[in-house]
Amino acid sequence: MTNLTNLTITEALKGLESKDFSAVELTQAHIDAMGKAKGLNAFITETPEAALEQAATSDKRRANGTAGALEGIPIAMKDLFCTEGVQTTAGSHILEGFVPPYESTVSQKLKDAGTISLGKTNLDEFAMGSSNTTSHFGNVINPWKRQNDDADLVPGGSSGGSSAAVAARMAMGATGTDTGGSIRQPAAFTGIVGMKPTYGRCSRWGVVAFASSLDHPGPFARTVKDCALMLEAMSGHDPKDATSANIAVPNFAAALTGDIKGMKIGIPKEFRMDGMPTEIEKLWEQGISWLKDAGAEPVDISLPHTQYALPVYYVIAPAEASSNLARYDGVRYGLRVNGDGQTLEEMYFKTRSQGFGEEVKRRIMIGTYVLSAGYYDAYYRKAQRVRRLILEDFEKAFEVCDTILTPTAPSAAFAIGENEDDPIKMYLNDIFTVTANLAGLPAISVPGGLDSQGLPLGLQIIGKAWDEETVLRVGGVIENAVDFKAVPKGI
Amino acid sequence: MTYLIKGETGDWEVVIGMEVHAQVIANSKLFSGAATNFGAEPNSQVSIVDAAMPGMLPVPNEHVVAQAIKTGLGLNSKINHTSVFERKNYFYPDLPQGYQISQFEHPIVGEGVIEIDLPDGSTKEIGITRLHLEQDAGKSVHDQHPSKSFVDLNRSGCALMEIVSEPDIRSPEEAVAYLSKIRMILRYLETCDGNMDEGSMRADVNISVRKLGDELGTRAEIKNVNSLKAVQQAIDYEVPRQIEIIEDGGKVVQETRLWDPAKNETRSMRSKEEAQDYRYFPDPDLLPLHVSQEQIDEIKAALPELPDQKKHRFMGAFGLSLYDASVLIAERERAQYFETAANGNDAKLTANWVINELLGALNKDENKAITQSPVSAEHIGALTALISDNTISGKIAKDVFAEMYKTGKKPADIVEEKGLKQVTDTGAIETIIDEVIAENPDNVAAYKGGKDKLFGFFVGQVMKKSQGKANPAAVNELLKAKLS
Repeated sequence: MTNLTNLTITEALKGLESKDFSAVELTQAHIDAMGKAKGLNAFITETPEAALEQAATSDKRRANGTAGALEGIPIAMKDLFCTEGVQTTAGSHILEGFVPPYESTVSQKLKDAGTISLGKTNLDEFAMGSSNTTSHFGNVINPWKRQNDDADLVPGGSSGGSSAAVAARMAMGATGTDTGGSIRQPAAFTGIVGMKPTYGRCSRWGVVAFASSLDHPGPFARTVKDCALMLEAMSGHDPKDATSANIAVPNFAAALTGDIKGMKIGIPKEFRMDGMPTEIEKLWEQGISWLKDAGAEPVDISLPHTQYALPVYYVIAPAEASSNLARYDGVRYGLRVNGDGQTLEEMYFKTRSQGFGEEVKRRIMIGTYVLSAGYYDAYYRKAQRVRRLILEDFEKAFEVCDTILTPTAPSAAFAIGENEDDPIKMYLNDIFTVTANLAGLPAISVPGGLDSQGLPLGLQIIGKAWDEETVLRVGGVIENAVDFKAVPKGI
Repeated sequence: MTYLIKGETGDWEVVIGMEVHAQVIANSKLFSGAATNFGAEPNSQVSIVDAAMPGMLPVPNEHVVAQAIKTGLGLNSKINHTSVFERKNYFYPDLPQGYQISQFEHPIVGEGVIEIDLPDGSTKEIGITRLHLEQDAGKSVHDQHPSKSFVDLNRSGCALMEIVSEPDIRSPEEAVAYLSKIRMILRYLETCDGNMDEGSMRADVNISVRKLGDELGTRAEIKNVNSLKAVQQAIDYEVPRQIEIIEDGGKVVQETRLWDPAKNETRSMRSKEEAQDYRYFPDPDLLPLHVSQEQIDEIKAALPELPDQKKHRFMGAFGLSLYDASVLIAERERAQYFETAANGNDAKLTANWVINELLGALNKDENKAITQSPVSAEHIGALTALISDNTISGKIAKDVFAEMYKTGKKPADIVEEKGLKQVTDTGAIETIIDEVIAENPDNVAAYKGGKDKLFGFFVGQVMKKSQGKANPAAVNELLKAKLS
């Protein structure tokens, strides 16, 4: 049973069903993998004992004939999802030691489907970052390495712990959250599949908020079908989240028919950025030709306000974050640092100064600034107007196409430390992904191949609102065409 | 009648606008399922949403929204089909989220107008600017520990309606009348209990002064004005303060001031420069609130009769004076009591008995509410019926009422037991009259000699002899005949 960790979720479900192995064995194999890959620092909190207990219970359920849709599948949980009785940190010192007395809706749904949680994965602090280098609990290291270069690479961010865990075969799937690309970019950087569904598809209840109108919970897995299975388990209306939509959840895996004949694939000209690496350009062309081969028809489309997406994002997301993070004040939970004078202001000041890292503070400052009197109209209100225009761009585009194909990120994984000198350069990582967050549209990243240094690159498919099925179907076609077999070094 | 304050430089007009915070009657909070009972153990009514635990989200309470719509309709105001919850950001330990969810640019209720009743019997219209929904904060407790402050989050997240008036109020009397009317309407609608003692209704008073015809002056916002008396007192204090500043060549500072009922003064809390930047923005956890016309129509159809409608009906249908009608409609229960009592009886007479006798007695009896009255509405009605059909006189009725109040017995039983039935038998009355005439020959002579005023003396004597039971009308008639 040495290869249990190499199975896909679909294969593992078959194996469990035909009693080739038990959930306990499957879980133990992943716990062993976690032990071997500790150096990647993918987890903040590991829960192997609880996982084995859950696995034993899971085996009983399967024996009883009460197996859930993902019965016995070991997964990893981004440490932004509150988990009852298990420390939840959001990657921040300010929440270190916080143990929620409640379970997020999405993690509860995954539990109900029979999954086994191996632990809580590392992330950029409060999900703010594209490289997983802002976590209070240290950097996550990408299991992939460049050819002939041992430099540690970033796994992408903010859900870098989850992407690294799935890529390194420590977990069969994982949860992530995507506010500007935080699922898709790490998926691309680690050669796996990551999907952000339509806004409102997965409940945000119990997910530590970064930017409420942009935060999308979603899954990671190593195949499109596995991703579809995870997503289906995570989705559904939640009366506890006022932005959760009361829309039926389809059988997503059934959408993977491979049939995209006659489908119109939009190719947005504005995504051809100046100075885009030729390898990325080549990957995109390759993706277009794969879809053509499968019978789809590429059409040129225009998303004219694309160039404003990143500035709009970096007004709206920090604005919401500056308010969402006000509750971390040292009064009720998490870190409290008392001042010498014991005044309230001093306690606030010290707690928040010591509790938050640099990137979080930067965004709180930006957000506070853009919402302040005299600047609100120029920044926040204008950004909201442009956001509306970006959504309208998509609505127009979808009059002539069914899905949109773009690269996921402007580069492959970079080394830890690169891009750190300049926040703007780091922010550019989100350039292809952020528009889908602003418009709330479903989007997936699937591996598109390797670059000349042997690092994975991702292709992104963006769909119409509530049409995850078409996105998954096109993703499945690319997956088949690529036949991505590469694994990170040392796995 | 214009209310003007004499200053050294001439007459000053007072301009007042009010912001009333009213806690919505609801079983649960604005955005969480926690209970809202007053006086519960500290922090016993706090959900993880109210405590702003990580990842918690607000979900609007539909009942509270309906209550706000109902109140808007009761204030004759426009209901907005779309309103937006926004975040008002500031740090305070009794504000767990670090922001209050409120409504700012797009409130649920827009412009309207209400009628206030003034002591001189006149009425005046006061404009309503808006009504919006917002969360209440928790409570900081500073007197439980030498160096620590405690926080009670029971009130945190309770739904408040903030009702903002136009600056149409021109005197302390009008301000009191406005607040009374708002409270009355909310109580009629059962959208707020109006208990100012318990803090479920609180007022901020915006006050400025100007010379007649001038532009609006700079206003001060007076907070913590938590009773009708305090409204009057705060204005009485603040107006001369502002006039004095201006007449001494100074300028009124736009600021928030606190009413201190112990010291009977207002004092500065913070100036405009120190005012916080609340960084309002639409709450991204909440979608815009949509209210359909059907929903509004449904609530409108179920509205109870409002105080002013009731007042006009009492005047029209029962022929009551404005004063009597106003007293009776002041409380919904009082009006209900009156209508029950007046059913099938002389309404004006019943109104007199309710207002003068019953309310007077309740007032003297530890200020009891009409719902605590030992005399039921049916019994008051029966008492007025006994007067109307001449069973007893009005004078005797007062004794009967006193007994009713003491014992709760039926008036007819009391009359029967005590033998208080009026004497209408003319023979019996004539006998008494004859006795009185015989005993007072001098006065008879004087009366016949032109001293008409003595008629009252004879009536009094006859009534006295009959122990008050003689029918006064019969006495009058028979006396006149005998003496002529």
